[in-house]
Amino acid sequence: MSSEKELLEELAAEEYKYGFTTDIEMDVAPKGLTEDTIRFISAKKNEPEWLLEWRLKAFRYFMEMGIPTWQNFKHPEVNFQNMSYYAAPKAKPKLNSMDEVDPELLDTFNKLGIPLDEQKVLAGVVAVDAVFDSVSVKTTFQKKLKEQGVIFCSFGEAVQEHPDLVKKYLGTVVPSTDNVYAALNAAVFSDGSFVYIPKGVRCPMELSTYFRINAANTGQFERTLIIADDKSYVSYLEGCTAPMRDENQMHAAVVELIAMEDAEIKYSTVQNWYPGDKDGNGGIYNFVTKRGICKGDRSKISWTQVETGSAITWKYPGVILKGNNSVGEFYSVALTRNHQVADTGTKMIHLGKNTRSRIISKGISAGVSQNSYRGLVKIAKGADNARNFTQCDSMLIGDKCGAHTFPYIETKNNSAMLEHEATTSKIGEDQVFYLNQRGIDSEQAVGLIINGYAKEVLNQLPMEFAVEAQKLLAISLEGSVG
Amino acid sequence: MLNINNLQASIEDKQILKGLNLQVNPGEVHAIMGPNGSGKGTLASVLAGRPEYEVTAGEVTFDGKDLLELAPEERAAEGLFLAFQYPVEIPGVSNINFLKTAISEIRKYRELPQLNAKEFLNLVKEKQALVEFDAKLTNRSLNEGFSGGEKKRNEIFQLAMLQPKLAILDETDSGLDIDALKIVANGVNQLRSPDNAFVLITHYQRLLEYIVPDFVHVLYNGKIVRSGTKELALELEEKGYDWIKENVSA
Repeated sequence: MSSEKELLEELAAEEYKYGFTTDIEMDVAPKGLTEDTIRFISAKKNEPEWLLEWRLKAFRYFMEMGIPTWQNFKHPEVNFQNMSYYAAPKAKPKLNSMDEVDPELLDTFNKLGIPLDEQKVLAGVVAVDAVFDSVSVKTTFQKKLKEQGVIFCSFGEAVQEHPDLVKKYLGTVVPSTDNVYAALNAAVFSDGSFVYIPKGVRCPMELSTYFRINAANTGQFERTLIIADDKSYVSYLEGCTAPMRDENQMHAAVVELIAMEDAEIKYSTVQNWYPGDKDGNGGIYNFVTKRGICKGDRSKISWTQVETGSAITWKYPGVILKGNNSVGEFYSVALTRNHQVADTGTKMIHLGKNTRSRIISKGISAGVSQNSYRGLVKIAKGADNARNFTQCDSMLIGDKCGAHTFPYIETKNNSAMLEHEATTSKIGEDQVFYLNQRGIDSEQAVGLIINGYAKEVLNQLPMEFAVEAQKLLAISLEGSVG
Repeated sequence: MLNINNLQASIEDKQILKGLNLQVNPGEVHAIMGPNGSGKGTLASVLAGRPEYEVTAGEVTFDGKDLLELAPEERAAEGLFLAFQYPVEIPGVSNINFLKTAISEIRKYRELPQLNAKEFLNLVKEKQALVEFDAKLTNRSLNEGFSGGEKKRNEIFQLAMLQPKLAILDETDSGLDIDALKIVANGVNQLRSPDNAFVLITHYQRLLEYIVPDFVHVLYNGKIVRSGTKELALELEEKGYDWIKENVSA
């Protein structure tokens, strides 16, 4: 018995697999945040005047806004002046082929398992836009997408090549004044991804962005904007990792999704930022604002997230259901262990008639972590016959962690129908032993149990990422049961 | 195959097994009977390696190996199977995926080549029919929402799939109606061979009408106090456990 315990403890201490750093000459902005910082970033990106003005406006809001206090964790003290807001691999002439990408950088992406190498990618089905610290390194598959009229490029490129689209939609779903971190992002965002799917086009492949924070003392502030025009469809996936560092790093991203009439956007996240060590030192602050708008009738936006990393995860991917008969979905697995904190959930804002939303949230807490679901379902006056179904389940591993649920409902229309279900369970030693008795060791047993528990959410992920996410969940929990 | 010598075991410092001896050879079916609290369930748990139990003395060898040194999953891979009295539910994990994982792990341990998907599915079909297990249940989540009888039958299906050397059936008959009992017994009878062995732990003689044991042992107060052939079970049924209790204390 004791030997099993030892083994589990050993596994618990397993190190973060993606914790390597890459030694590349970086172009880093001096630490600090002033209007000059913003002018510096904007100039680096060769941005038009309107965008600089938009940033500066956001910056002024940011300076006035305080840090909120309603969240279910102690907000860490963040010295915004002690961070650098721009870091890019140095001397970056426009790259025409993979041969021109810094081999060190390619090596990093290989370690991460991103099929950036085009020859490999050609065999696959994924187009990847890789964001390394602040700049987008290379977007694969652009040509094939171009044939269909799909635009998939770095945000910086979109500003240069498609300024009208950017200007029209930027900040329309997440205004720069939405919250303090959205304002910070608007002020200092350095890159990100941009997607436009033209009318009637079903995007022929999964689009994918891979984020990585490499440089020390930098924040990553990327911005993603996805527009799906009438009757179009796109499935988008983002994955994230960061090297191990003792100090905390900030990730404050903004994602905006816009679905026009009969369009559908499926947005999946597998987040595995560095969670800090087992004593709670270091790790990423993942403070992200994600929101979509179902602008047109019968449109649909679906968020799926598997959150296993970060010291603190704080985000509520939401959907504004403006079009009649539009549908919003949120599927989430949030796993916390050691000293991790997650305060995550969704907002479903029903404005149109016959709008429907569905929320499936699965929290898993181990160690001394705290895991909160926080969700808002709002039914506006004109949203006749709105429907919502919410299910939030919590699983506890051990007796030192916490699971919390904060569901909020605001309804101004009597025809609304809302359902809420919640459960709390524990991984039973009986379950583990049962699987042991069939020849399955404890580590695999826990993996099976967790994946069974999270199945409804994992089923929403595109096939190849579902497999990845399953492994990630199993690995993240190694040694948490004993 | 299985040699138990002076086995003593306790849970939470309470001694349950107090020097138990038992020998099981290939091809044999042993029934272990006894009143409530005699240690029947503890014996099954200790052999399977349930961590709450502590072995305080004695030896158990299984095919020449020191069973007590092995982790529960190693015991399973060596060919020891426990049909649980109360099979657990594992939501979201399909029966079939669970069996695939189990078989794959056991084959890995035994250094056997893995079954491909077709071989595996053929095995499922064959064993399903053998133990009359509903194919619909195979694809459902492991025991989730199964009736008591379905859970017990699933245990026998797993037994058929994993083909252990030694199967311990812990009160598999409890909670079964007569039809289900016949199906379970029929499954076990089909699986009997000169190479494997069964230990049936039961409170009642009823099961032994359908699975005829070679030996019957009476467990009382942590020890086997009487051994015999199937006639012993009948005698026990007739005279009740009090007869044993009186005999032992006398």
